[in-house]
Amino acid sequence: MVTTTPPATDQNRSRRASSAVRPGDRIFSGLSKGSGITLLVIMAAIAVFLTYRAVLAISDDSANFFTTFEWNPAGDPPVFGIAVLAFGTIVSSVIAMAIAVPVAIGIALFISHYAPRKLAKPLAYVVDLLAAVPSIIYGLWGAIFLVPYLDGLNQWLDQYLGWTYIFDKSADGVARNMFTVGILLAIMILPIITNVTREVFLQAPKMHEEAALALGATRWEVIRMAVLPFGRSGIISASMLGLGRALGETMAVAVVLSPSFALSLHLLDPGGGTFAQNIAAKFNEADAYGRDALIASGLVLFVITLLVNGAARMIIARRKEYSGANA
Amino acid sequence: MSHAVQERPVALSKPRGPLSHARLPRWTPAAVAAGSIAAGIGIGLAAGWHSRTQWGMLAALLFVLVSYALTSKVEGARQAKDRVATSLVWVCFVLAVVPLLSLAWVTISKGIAVLDVYFLTHSMNGVLDAEAGGGVYHALLGTIEQVGIATLIAAPIGLLTAVYLVEYGKGRLAKAVTFFVDVMTGIPSIVAGLFVLSTWTLMLDFGPSGFAGAMALAILMMPVVVRSTEEMLKLVPNELREASLALGIPKWRTILKVVLPTAIGGITTGVMLAVARITGETAPVLLLVFGTKLINPNPFEGAQSSLPLYVYEQYQVGTDQSVARAWAAALVLIAFVMILNMVARGIARWKAPKTGR
Amino acid sequence: MAKRIDVSGLSAYYGNHKAIDDISMTVEPRSVTAFIGPSGCGKSTFLRTLNRMHEVTPGGRVEGKVMLDDENLYGANVDPVAVRRTVGMVFQRPNPFPTMSIFDNVAAGLRLNGKYKKAELNDIVEKSLKGANLWNEVKDRLNKPGSGLSGGQQQRLCIARAIAVEPDVLLMDEPCSALDPISTLAIEDLIGELKERFTIVIVTHNMQQAARVSDRTAFFNLAAVGQPGKLIELDDTERIFSNPSVQATEDYISGRFG
Repeated sequence: MVTTTPPATDQNRSRRASSAVRPGDRIFSGLSKGSGITLLVIMAAIAVFLTYRAVLAISDDSANFFTTFEWNPAGDPPVFGIAVLAFGTIVSSVIAMAIAVPVAIGIALFISHYAPRKLAKPLAYVVDLLAAVPSIIYGLWGAIFLVPYLDGLNQWLDQYLGWTYIFDKSADGVARNMFTVGILLAIMILPIITNVTREVFLQAPKMHEEAALALGATRWEVIRMAVLPFGRSGIISASMLGLGRALGETMAVAVVLSPSFALSLHLLDPGGGTFAQNIAAKFNEADAYGRDALIASGLVLFVITLLVNGAARMIIARRKEYSGANA
Repeated sequence: MSHAVQERPVALSKPRGPLSHARLPRWTPAAVAAGSIAAGIGIGLAAGWHSRTQWGMLAALLFVLVSYALTSKVEGARQAKDRVATSLVWVCFVLAVVPLLSLAWVTISKGIAVLDVYFLTHSMNGVLDAEAGGGVYHALLGTIEQVGIATLIAAPIGLLTAVYLVEYGKGRLAKAVTFFVDVMTGIPSIVAGLFVLSTWTLMLDFGPSGFAGAMALAILMMPVVVRSTEEMLKLVPNELREASLALGIPKWRTILKVVLPTAIGGITTGVMLAVARITGETAPVLLLVFGTKLINPNPFEGAQSSLPLYVYEQYQVGTDQSVARAWAAALVLIAFVMILNMVARGIARWKAPKTGR
Repeated sequence: MAKRIDVSGLSAYYGNHKAIDDISMTVEPRSVTAFIGPSGCGKSTFLRTLNRMHEVTPGGRVEGKVMLDDENLYGANVDPVAVRRTVGMVFQRPNPFPTMSIFDNVAAGLRLNGKYKKAELNDIVEKSLKGANLWNEVKDRLNKPGSGLSGGQQQRLCIARAIAVEPDVLLMDEPCSALDPISTLAIEDLIGELKERFTIVIVTHNMQQAARVSDRTAFFNLAAVGQPGKLIELDDTERIFSNPSVQATEDYISGRFG
């Protein structure tokens, strides 16, 4: 007989645990507990060692680590700062989110509520698979295929929206810029956000959708009344997961962007950089001290992603308490 | 008649129209879509836009606007809103499908041009950048070894941690582990690479090796294994555990003989999906394994290559021949990952507990 | 406002499976018609064809005619959305929108159908809640979420929500099956009052309930599992429960099967 039951509650777990402890039990529980502790130790080690190396690097940095527009740890004295990287990381992620979140919600709704059933299932499967495509392949495709395709769009944006300043293209050159990086990141995180959002939409209680239908709601009104309110926190946490990916993405950015250490709001001009891209690009030519400097920038990235993920977890945890269905 | 009727207010809600009203024929969306695409192409050609992205965006915009205008004219405002939502959802679908299809198509068509048995069985030893030929054997070997070692490290730790969380864990330690598994899931791969770099390479002074890369990959893999295994173990019905314990079977044997075998399908799937995920990771490999043109079967000493790293290197070289090799390696990599994924999902479906849902 | 429903030759399908076969009946206005029958006989499916809710289930399909006075619900240019606005429905499990307050729940249908001034809205919500015998219990907490009410109160909230848009017909799909006896009694009393204003159709598993609340009763049955459900007979409730004209009805009512 196979049934689903809720996970063991603490109560009946402790009832079971109260039997006499055998050596086999002690070894096995010790092993599994040890694994859990190993995980904690690894996490702690990551934080400690990165911080240690970062402190080594920053204490010899002759410039302000957070506000300097330059990366020259090999110089005498060493000068490096993360201002450009932080800016580029945030800008590219914001562009990616601005594109990916609405589109992902659209696709998730398409799969959960709009597509003919024959199309929905294979589509969901394909989106699942796409979430697994390695980022280097997105990068390769982006650099060779997407960049030339966006050239025309860039010129058009420059021509008609150049007055907005951010779309003003002041330097010539192919579209190896932050805007393209943002679009590529959007394409990459789209399947991730879509998958989570779709799951949440499918869990929206049928009975509330029927209630809306029976009141004479159109399909869109049903979604607005019974699906989106239920899925709101799911959408937010899915977006956060996507954001975490976009912030830490290395190879796709490294391959597409033609980097520079100039901070520019002209999104269509080549240049700029992100934390992860900078590490990948500078690593090979860096000496021991240069590596420490890169580790310091990696630590900042680590902290940022921790904050983003922490926020996502909190939202998910709150959602668990919120009971959509009243039984 | 009872008082209820007398008390009844004069109809307060707005009078409504008849049940039927003019409706657009069922083929309208298709016709509007076709018209918009034609207009997009036409205007694009006439204005001389060379980027087809613009044609497509114009067509999408036209589609939504025309749908709205037509519906609000014929069917009314609410229906028009509904129609706009539907159109937008369809546009999103197309918008997403186009680049993703293009990605698949480009990788396959460009990759297949170079991919053959020779490519799979030879290294880059002595092959010049601008020369055709060479292959991915060394990279494939490196990937398999690194991913294999990473799995050997991460799978047992991840599995046992999940067992701990579901079967034993309570109190603050379990809470901390759960929390940090979540945190660990979000670690960017380059940060995992930097961590191993700072300890293994910089502090303990080891050179680049496949093993160093494998350790970073293992860090990325562990939380994924823990999460999926945990989910699967929670699905095992409590009655099974209780039935086994009631027979006087010790808890650890119950877990080994009853709980784990019941969940084994889902656990396998989770591990395979995790393997697929780390197979494509480039950043930590770039930092720790270094890359080489030669076959190095020993993951514990000397630089190795790996598939994603190979793709990156060949792209960076930038000659026509090397970029062609990059595409072929990308195809091998994507095939590798997709096969893992499909097999994993196949197992999940085949072994899925029949919940009768 | 209450209208007569005239069904002729109606069959409903789930994909290729025929769930109900060739049903014809008339539902009188300002009365309560109860549908009874064993599980799986298609009475709920049939109910859902009366406001075109059946077709929202994947694979759901309907053949035949449902006349609401002189309009065919399945006519060529009929908008199902408009039908559902005219034919309200109350479900088996109370389903107030969990993210909305009590007030917003009642106003939900109205807000879909046009703009109302705040005062108008207040009036209608109050009238509807009074009409559902809920006003006194909730008037002090209209801005609290509807999911905080008890099951019986939630169900009456759903009834208030349904009658707020002044439908012609009110369909009830086993509205008391998830409720305790006291709440059930409250709903049954309410049904007795509502029938003065609406045409009411109620599906119930509880034969005593059918006998208590309905004026007319329809008995549905199916020949065998996998066969489509059919209407066996429709008559005055009193007659169905005392002297039905079909043997199967008598067997079912006297508890010999089902």
